Amino acid sequence: MALVLNEEQRLLRDTARDFLATSAPVNALRKLRDEHDATGYCPELWRQMTDLGWANIIVPEVYDGLDFGFVGLSLIMEETGRTLTASPLFASSVVGTSAILMGGNTQQKENLLPRVAAGDLTLALALEESHHHRPSTIATRAEHQKGGYVINGEKTFVLDGHSADKLIVVARTSGEYKSTEGISLFLVDSSADGVKCHRTIMADSRNAANIEFEQVSVDADSLIGDENSGWDILEPVLDRGRIAIAAEMMGCALEAFERTMDYLKERVQFDVHIGSFQALQHRAAHMQAEIELCRSVLLQAAFSVNEAPEQLPILASLAKAKLNELVKLVTNEAVQMHGGIGITDELDIGLFLKRARVTMQIFGDTGFHKDRYATLCNY
Amino acid sequence: MENLEQFRIEVRQWLELNCPDSQRHPMAAKEQYWGGRTGKFSSADARLWFERMRDKGWIAPEWPAAYGGGGLSDRQGKIIKEEVKRIGARPPLVSIGIWMLGPALLEYGSEEQKQKHIRAIVNGEIRWCQGYSEPGSGSDLASLQTKAEDRGDHFLVNGSKIWTTSADKSDWIFCLVRTDPNVKKQAGISFLLIDMASAGVSVSPIRLISGESEFCQTFFDNVQVPKENLLAELNSGWSVAKFLLVHERKLMSELGSDSPRQVMAPNVVAHEYLDVENGKLVDPQLRSELVDYDMSMHAIALTHFRTFEEKTAGVHSAAPLVMKYVGTEAEKIKSELLLAIMGSRGLGWEGEQFTDQEIDTLRLWAMSKAMTIAGGTSEVQLNVIAKNVLQLPKS
Ligand SMILES: Cc1cc2nc3c(=O)[nH]c(=O)nc-3n(C[C@H](O)[C@H](O)[C@H](O)COP(=O)(O)OP(=O)(O)OC[C@H]3O[C@@H](n4cnc5c(N)ncnc54)[C@H](O)[C@@H]3O)c2cc1C
Repeated sequence: MALVLNEEQRLLRDTARDFLATSAPVNALRKLRDEHDATGYCPELWRQMTDLGWANIIVPEVYDGLDFGFVGLSLIMEETGRTLTASPLFASSVVGTSAILMGGNTQQKENLLPRVAAGDLTLALALEESHHHRPSTIATRAEHQKGGYVINGEKTFVLDGHSADKLIVVARTSGEYKSTEGISLFLVDSSADGVKCHRTIMADSRNAANIEFEQVSVDADSLIGDENSGWDILEPVLDRGRIAIAAEMMGCALEAFERTMDYLKERVQFDVHIGSFQALQHRAAHMQAEIELCRSVLLQAAFSVNEAPEQLPILASLAKAKLNELVKLVTNEAVQMHGGIGITDELDIGLFLKRARVTMQIFGDTGFHKDRYATLCNY
Repeated sequence: MENLEQFRIEVRQWLELNCPDSQRHPMAAKEQYWGGRTGKFSSADARLWFERMRDKGWIAPEWPAAYGGGGLSDRQGKIIKEEVKRIGARPPLVSIGIWMLGPALLEYGSEEQKQKHIRAIVNGEIRWCQGYSEPGSGSDLASLQTKAEDRGDHFLVNGSKIWTTSADKSDWIFCLVRTDPNVKKQAGISFLLIDMASAGVSVSPIRLISGESEFCQTFFDNVQVPKENLLAELNSGWSVAKFLLVHERKLMSELGSDSPRQVMAPNVVAHEYLDVENGKLVDPQLRSELVDYDMSMHAIALTHFRTFEEKTAGVHSAAPLVMKYVGTEAEKIKSELLLAIMGSRGLGWEGEQFTDQEIDTLRLWAMSKAMTIAGGTSEVQLNVIAKNVLQLPKS
């Protein structure tokens, strides 16, 4: 039933929560960061996650998937937000897998999906070209050459780009610089000649890369979908990504919020618990109200992916914009309400603040989604 | 599920046949029908629409048929509401009896009380008002002082109530009164039903910033109230009040989506009053505020939907407790936004130079300020969330 989780979904969420709390707590991210881990995530953990079927949740049964629906995937994303778990789940199993599912031909699906689901192969979307999300502003070009294509261009903020086996490259095959027409998607091996990858070390200690493509040759069958119609695949893929990242943001916000509420009940000043101060209570209660609204939005958005695709664009923008604002509010308040200890590296709260800041920029900031929402409402 | 779809079709067909065309658009304040001994219909169609809905049992669809309700399920009731809204039909009866007192009567009333009062509410015969607040007791409602002394076969009531909405037009008042001054303040309160025609009851209207005088101060001077008018046990009025408050807050949280006095949606008004170029509002600030508002309302609507689904599925969540706060705060934002969009045309107080819509918008802007005060202020709502949801220590 819409907006209320069913038994199976609750079970999946609880299992994910238990697993992540023991196998991938926030400390795991801290360790990756402190050890300057080259992969940026723990392959052993990723193996366990794929064994649990998490990379396979939205894949239909014909490709040996679990066909559990997008709500299930969003629940897992939410739980990884609570533990700040670094893994290719978002880049590969949400975005990459969706692109193959929605745009790929049978051969690509049969060839790629099982390997992605098993964790033997990871994908990443090479989309952004500037420091703001402008998905149709594409200068990277793919030109015909010897029955295939040659790709030239530069990409930035490619999530999990430095560790992915294959990149899904958004390139222009025709059309004007900012046009949604003339965009095509290509599968490119990250080890192909002419692909130069620079990992970017970012605030959240997670993984992204700047990638250059210089005279990179690919076969004709590396094209995903039809030439020049990549936008029709890209837009719904991005919307799924927006909802999934919004779910992660919800987990991040909830965890930071709950830890802060615990602190309000623990910390004593002026001989009373600081949670008894009404100035803090009202701000906390306001956050609770925002959390409730975001919860409904997120559920409806995740449901819409499978149940009401015609509402997907508006709900994806609503969800991303709302969660951007929520996670900003909650992580900032979390730091403030902890006082001095809140800005120490020792306390995890800072890690939530940093991850929140990065997620706000992924697949569209608040302004981007407000503008899109208004446009979809015809004003 | 299939049955519900069938039910929806039947509702739709019935409404198509029975709702007069003139009743299918938002109404001005003066067109509302509130029932009661002195209630008047604004037109013959308004009467017809009310009588048809009443005879169908759809004035209170979810209430038991034995007392004049429709005897339908919550889901069916919701479908009727949705279908009524779909064709833009106005509520046939606007009634505090239905919104607030009825659920408490059903929960706490004796058989005689239910027989006597519920049918009269549904039939629009008796109009009720709420006597809680007093000059010295607002947010701290439990400190109320209006006292009711036991005089054998009746209570003797003395004191005064304030902010009593529509007391001057109501027939009966439900009151919280002090029946025991010597215990913890919440434990000495009872819930009394009082006929306003009783000797010793008087009201004086209070004029508001909206220019209307929806409120009164209500005085009780040695008013004799029969014992049978006590709802629930003696000194258990606070429980009834809390039960009823939940309904009041739910109602207020839905005002934005279900107001009996609808003003136009801001995004519609925007196209009428603002410059549009290439399908886009030119003013970036107002466009930004408009989308903020629309997104909030979208989120609020989805949350109403969620609370309904959760209730039906027996799932507990904190959502119902936040809705009064978010809903009424959004109403204030909406009114400010509408005035900003209308510019100086939104500032008309009265007269021929402004449209009815413009004047109504301004009056509602003034009234919107009341919504975050009535039924427990926003600050009190936040206190409740902090205490009951977050379980923060007492301040
Ligand atoms: C439109 C409207 C209709 C109404 N209709 C009725 C009616 O029909 N019957 C009826 O009985 N009453 C009615 N009321 C009264 C309403 O219930 C009270 O106005 C309300 O409970 C607030 O009480 P007060 O006005 O005394 O304000 P106060 O309680 O004096 O509040 C003043 C300010 O102090 C703040 N404050 C108070 N206590 C706290 C606290 N503990 N923590 C933080 N801040 C606090 C409030 O939030 C507010 O900002 C109506 C009010 C309005 C506006």
